[in-house]
Amino acid sequence: MASIATRIAFGDALKELMAEDKNIVAFDADLAGSTKSAEAKKVDPNRHFDMGIAEANMMCAAAGMAASGKIAFVSSFAMFATGRAFEQIRNSVGYPHANVKICASHAGISVGEDGATHQCIEDISLLRGIPGMKVVVPCDYNEAKAAIRAIAYEDGPCYVRLGRSGVEEFFDENYVFEFGKGIVLNKGEKVAIVATGSMVQESMKAKDMMNINPTVVNMHTIKPIDKDLIIELAKTHKYMIAAEEHSIIGGLGSAVAEVLAEAGTGCQLIRIGIQDIFGESGKPGELFEKYGISANKIAEKVNSLD
Amino acid sequence: MDNNKLAVIANNVRKNIILETYMAKSGHPGGSLSATDILTLLYFEVMDINEENVNSIDRDRFVLSKGHASPALYAVLSAKGFIPEEELKTFRELGSRLQGHPSMGLCPGVDMSTGSLGQGISCAVGMALANKLDGNDHRIYVLCGDGECQEGQVWEAVMSAAHYKLDNMCICVDYNNLQIDGHVSDVMDVSPLDKKFEAFGAHVICIDGHDFDQIRAAYAEAKTVKGQPTVIVAKTIKGKGVSFMEDNVNWHGVAPNKEQYEQATAELEAK
Repeated sequence: MASIATRIAFGDALKELMAEDKNIVAFDADLAGSTKSAEAKKVDPNRHFDMGIAEANMMCAAAGMAASGKIAFVSSFAMFATGRAFEQIRNSVGYPHANVKICASHAGISVGEDGATHQCIEDISLLRGIPGMKVVVPCDYNEAKAAIRAIAYEDGPCYVRLGRSGVEEFFDENYVFEFGKGIVLNKGEKVAIVATGSMVQESMKAKDMMNINPTVVNMHTIKPIDKDLIIELAKTHKYMIAAEEHSIIGGLGSAVAEVLAEAGTGCQLIRIGIQDIFGESGKPGELFEKYGISANKIAEKVNSLD
Repeated sequence: MDNNKLAVIANNVRKNIILETYMAKSGHPGGSLSATDILTLLYFEVMDINEENVNSIDRDRFVLSKGHASPALYAVLSAKGFIPEEELKTFRELGSRLQGHPSMGLCPGVDMSTGSLGQGISCAVGMALANKLDGNDHRIYVLCGDGECQEGQVWEAVMSAAHYKLDNMCICVDYNNLQIDGHVSDVMDVSPLDKKFEAFGAHVICIDGHDFDQIRAAYAEAKTVKGQPTVIVAKTIKGKGVSFMEDNVNWHGVAPNKEQYEQATAELEAK
């Protein structure tokens, strides 16, 4: 099975969108080759703006473009797009509900060798808190491509979290992206694994290492979160596992916890993610293992449940 | 427009700034009064904005990067007929279109939401890039503060405006040399602003920001500049027009009480 990074899908989707719609523009901050926004230049170099290593300025310039009726795609590494420019996103993009589409790559620890400074594990948490901001974490190439095409015409600001490393394909090119609708990939019992992004791949692998048949859900939209599906799963499973390549604070695990707690279902939640600790240099697979988010570790956790 | 007519409009704007902040019991009179003459000339002579096109983007646009000077912007928009003068009394009230810092989409004539210092010039860069893409000749105007120039993003923005040769944008710095904690030169000196902006690739014009002839000439010169943005460094007096507020740091973000409101209004009415 092919293994393609979701950032490749971003480049491909952006290229198509730019060709179809002259109203779409793209910004990058000296990382166009890595984020793949450079693909847009092949369609129209005049609608791709490299703003240099100055993310704060880039984010507000995109807001200014949106205020001028354009649909502005912005990309950089997740760390800098959402971390460095957080307050610009909050005040110049979020508050005016600007049509700015932040597609950030190199999220999570699968950045690998670059180490902790570049391994953003707080982006979902940061952007989820901004009123009106939609947050999507696609799990494979076709989902990422469909999601990016969908957010282009979704009213207001959106955040799409993309990865550096290749991920297995679960969907084909006919996949239709539905905002806020989790997808049940495997229907099982007792344990429901709600995974997002790269953790969909790890959870599906983990499933075959378990002594039970768990339910596995691809929760591609973190905001708005699919409350109905979470509550339904909580009523029919003893345990729920939220799996994300992100801090366990503020991300998918927190979003699921909020739904479970308010619904009062009594289903126990276990959060798999980065346990409030910084990453380090290493190969993505090694890091997944060490930080407890590999298929092995997910299976181990599930097998330890009574 | 005749300078005397502009002076009458500006004086009325100043009275409304005092009224707005007095009614709200909060807001920023000092930096609103220092910007009044610049904003008045900009809206009454320079920008092609009127009641027919105010709700469109197919015109010149303005970004108040020093968003705390919102009382001045609202008073000028009211003088242009876009906001009923009576509505100025709702400034900062619950449900009002006149938010503490400007909110686009809420209030006619507000072209960008601002308030967090350092972001407005960058937003204007995006707007100016959009105008270049669309091939129109509308211009983007920005007013920023001198203390605001301490924000690194200001320099990122000017660097990018110069890089993309945005001669369709003009930034004016309201250089009143006061910020909340004291004189700008004492808190964190930004001088020499002219040389700094020049070094970042802008065409720089230094003027007295209370002299209509000089403001007019600067904006006219900016329109003739090709291949680079223009920065007008306008020396101003914080609190200009109200004797006890002039060059007094205490009037950055404090509203006048009843007695001060009456005195300020009487002074302005006598002009």
